Amino acid sequence: MNTIKSPEESRKVLDTIFSDLTRSITHKDELTRFWFFILIMFAGVGLWGWIIQIDKGLGVTGMRDYVSWGMYIANFVFFVAISLIGFLISSALHLLKISWSKPISRVAEQIAIAGVALAGIIIVMDMGRPDRFLNVFLHGRFASPIIWDVTVVTTYLTISALLFFLPLIPDLALLRDRMTGKVPTWKLKIYTILALGWKGNPEQYKTVYHAMRILMILIIPVGLSIHTVTSWLFAATLRSGWDTTIMGPYFVAGAFVAGAAAVVILMYIYRLRYGLKNYFEDFHFDYMGKLLVFVSLVYLYFNINEFLVPGYKMKTAEGVHLQNLFTGAFASMFWLVQVAGLIIPILLMLIKFFRKPLPLTIISVVVLIAAWFKRYLIVIPTMEHPFLPVQNVPDYFKSYAPTSIEIMITLFSVFAALLIITVLAKLFPVITIWEYAEEKGVDKKYFSKQPKN
Amino acid sequence: MERNTRRNFIRKLGATVGAAGVVGGTSILSSCNSVETSSGDKIKLLTSSGELVEVDKSQLTPAEMPNLSENQTRGREGLPGRSWVMVIDLSKCRNARECMKACQNHHQLRPEQHHINVLQMQDAEHTAPYYMPKPCQHCDNPPCTKVCPVNATFKRNDGIVLIDNERCIGCRFCIAACPYSARVFNWFEPRDAEKYKGVTYNIEANVPQKKGTISKCLFSADRLRDGKLPSCVSACPNGVYWFGDRNEDAVTNGTTKETVSFSKLIKDNAAYTLMEELGTKPRVYYLPPKDRAFPFEGELIEHHS
Ligand code: SF4
Ligand code: SF4
Repeated sequence: MNTIKSPEESRKVLDTIFSDLTRSITHKDELTRFWFFILIMFAGVGLWGWIIQIDKGLGVTGMRDYVSWGMYIANFVFFVAISLIGFLISSALHLLKISWSKPISRVAEQIAIAGVALAGIIIVMDMGRPDRFLNVFLHGRFASPIIWDVTVVTTYLTISALLFFLPLIPDLALLRDRMTGKVPTWKLKIYTILALGWKGNPEQYKTVYHAMRILMILIIPVGLSIHTVTSWLFAATLRSGWDTTIMGPYFVAGAFVAGAAAVVILMYIYRLRYGLKNYFEDFHFDYMGKLLVFVSLVYLYFNINEFLVPGYKMKTAEGVHLQNLFTGAFASMFWLVQVAGLIIPILLMLIKFFRKPLPLTIISVVVLIAAWFKRYLIVIPTMEHPFLPVQNVPDYFKSYAPTSIEIMITLFSVFAALLIITVLAKLFPVITIWEYAEEKGVDKKYFSKQPKN
Repeated sequence: MERNTRRNFIRKLGATVGAAGVVGGTSILSSCNSVETSSGDKIKLLTSSGELVEVDKSQLTPAEMPNLSENQTRGREGLPGRSWVMVIDLSKCRNARECMKACQNHHQLRPEQHHINVLQMQDAEHTAPYYMPKPCQHCDNPPCTKVCPVNATFKRNDGIVLIDNERCIGCRFCIAACPYSARVFNWFEPRDAEKYKGVTYNIEANVPQKKGTISKCLFSADRLRDGKLPSCVSACPNGVYWFGDRNEDAVTNGTTKETVSFSKLIKDNAAYTLMEELGTKPRVYYLPPKDRAFPFEGELIEHHS
C-alpha cells in the first residue's frame, strides 16, 4: 500500500481511477452494439434449437441408448470447471494474503457467475423432460449424486453472487453519486437501489469486510465440492474410464487450469477494450502465467496417474478404453489435448516472454479450447464402450457424433455466458474502485461525495 | 408341507399360462382396458399383452382398472412375500428371438428398443461362441436406482426394479450407471403414441411409453400380478427360460411348464451371474452354454466393446 496522500492528490487519484474504471460503463459505440447483436442472435438460435428438441424429443441429438450423454454433459462439466476459478482467485488467494490478485477478483467472479449459471441451464437442456424439473425438488433423494450437484451448484451460485455484490456496494454508491447525467436514468436507478443506502461510514465498511471474510471461508468447501461432486457423477458409476478414485482432485485441478486461462483472456480483453493497461498490468499477467503453470503441472501429474497406471496394467475393460484413447478413434483428440493443451503450454510459460500479455492470452485460448475437448474425452469414449457388446441396434447407435442442434445449443451456452459477462461489465466496473483506490493510498473518506456528518 | 402348497401355487401359475391360450377370449376381457367407444356395438380394447382388439359390446363385463395414482402405489409395493428370479439356460438358446418380439409387443417398443436382447458372446479369443439373452438383471444392489435423482426408478420388495415414467425427468443417469446396458430411452415420441393416447399409465408394464423417459425390462410385473409368466419366458419355443420365486425355491420353465427346485437347478448346472465382480447381485442366473442343443450359426459379429 502506498503512503497516505494529501486531500487534493487523493481526490485527483480517485477521479482518474473512477473515470478509467467506469469507461466500460459509459463507453458506447458501434462495436458494443454489434457485439450485443451477435450475442443475442446466437442466444436466440440456441433457444430455437432447444424448442425443436423439446418438440421432437432428445432424438434430434446424436445421443442414443448407449452413448446417452453427449456434448451437453461435456459442456456442463466445462462450465462447472471454469466457474471454479472464482473461488480460487477471490477467496483462496485473498485468505492467503496474496494481494496481487485483488484487481482480478471481480473478473474471476464474473466468470464464476456466468459459468455456474450456464451449467445450471445446460443441465436442464439436457433433460428429456425439462417440464418435470420441479420433480428434483419435490421428489429429490439425497442418495443421487445429481441432487448433491444441484445443491452445491445453487449454493455456489448464491455465494459467488454475494461475493460479487458485497464489494460492489461501495462502488455502487460511488456510481450513484457521480454518474448523474452520464448514464441513462434506469441505470442510475439500479445503482441507487443496489447501493442499499450506502453512506460509507466505518461501521458499514466493517460489516462488509466481515461478511466478505465469512463468505470467503464458506466458499472454500462449497467451491471444492462443486467440482468434486460433478466428478462423482462419473466416478460413482461402475464404468471403465470413470470408475476411478482420482476423479475428484483430477477434476478440481483441471478446473483451475481452464478457469485461470479464462481469466487471462478476459483480463486481456478488458485491458485492450477499455484501456486498462495501468490496472491489468504486465506483472498481473506474469503472475497469472505462473499460476497457470503451477495448476497445469498439478493437472499433468494427475493425468499421469489417471492414464499411466491403468495403461501399464491394461485390465480388460480399462484396456479397451485406453486403447481407444491412445491409438483408437479418439487418439488424435486425446494427444492434441494432452500435448498442445497441457505439455507445450507448460513448457512455453516457463519462459518469461510467454507470460507477457499477448503471448499468454494466445496460450490461454489454446488451453481453454483444449479444456473443453478434454471434457468431451471424459464423457464420450467411456459411453461408447460399455461392458457388454452393442448388438441388434442400428449402426448410428454405436458411436456418437453431435448433431447441428447440439452444436447450436452448445454455441448458445457459450454466447449466453459471454452475454452475462458483458452485461456485468457494462453495468458495473470490472475492478473494485474503492479497493483499488485504497490500495493507491486514497483515504476512504474521499469516496463519498457528501461531507460526512 | 408348507413348501408343498407353495409349489402348488407355482404349478398353478404354469397352468394358468397354459390355459390362457384356451380361455383366450374371456381372459382378454377380464384384463381389458377401454380405449375408445365406437358408435356401433363394437368396442376397441387394449389387451394386457398390448394388442388392440375389437369386441362386441354385449360380451363385455366391465373390469375396473385402477387409476394412475393407485397404479403407482401398488406398482411400488410389489407382490407380498415374493422374490422373483429368472434362470436362463444358455445351452438351449438358438437365437430364435421370440422373446425379443414378444417383449417389444408387450411393452410397445420400437424395433431398435430392447428390454431383452439376444447377444452373440465369446468370452475369450478361442472359446466357443454362444447366444446370450440379456434382460435387466434386476440387481439386488442396483446401481441404477441409487443414482436416480427423483426416485423414478426403484426396487420394490419382491425384487423387481421398476420405472415410473410419470416421474422420470429424463436425465439418463441410470443409463450411465447400469453396467449391463439394460436400459432404453424414448428419444422420440414412442411407437403408437397416437393409438394409446389417454390410456392410463400402467407402471408395472411401463405402458404407454412416454417421450423423454426411460424404459427397461420389468419382468412383466403386470403379468406376474395376474399369475402369468413374463412375456419373454412364455414366448420362448426352446425352453431357455425358467422363472419363479426364490422364497418358494421353485422355478417354472416357460416352454415345458415343468416346475423344479431353483436351488437345485442352479447348483447342478453351476449357474453364474453376469459380472458378479461388480457387486450388483443380479437376480438373473445363467446356466453355462455347455452341450449346446444348437450349433452357433453364421459369422460372429465383432464385439463393439
Ligand atoms: S441390470 Fe441395470 S437396469 Fe437392471 S437393475 Fe441392474 S443396474 Fe438397474
Ligand atoms: S432418466 Fe429417469 S429413471 Fe433414469 S435416473 Fe433419470 S430420472 Fe431416474
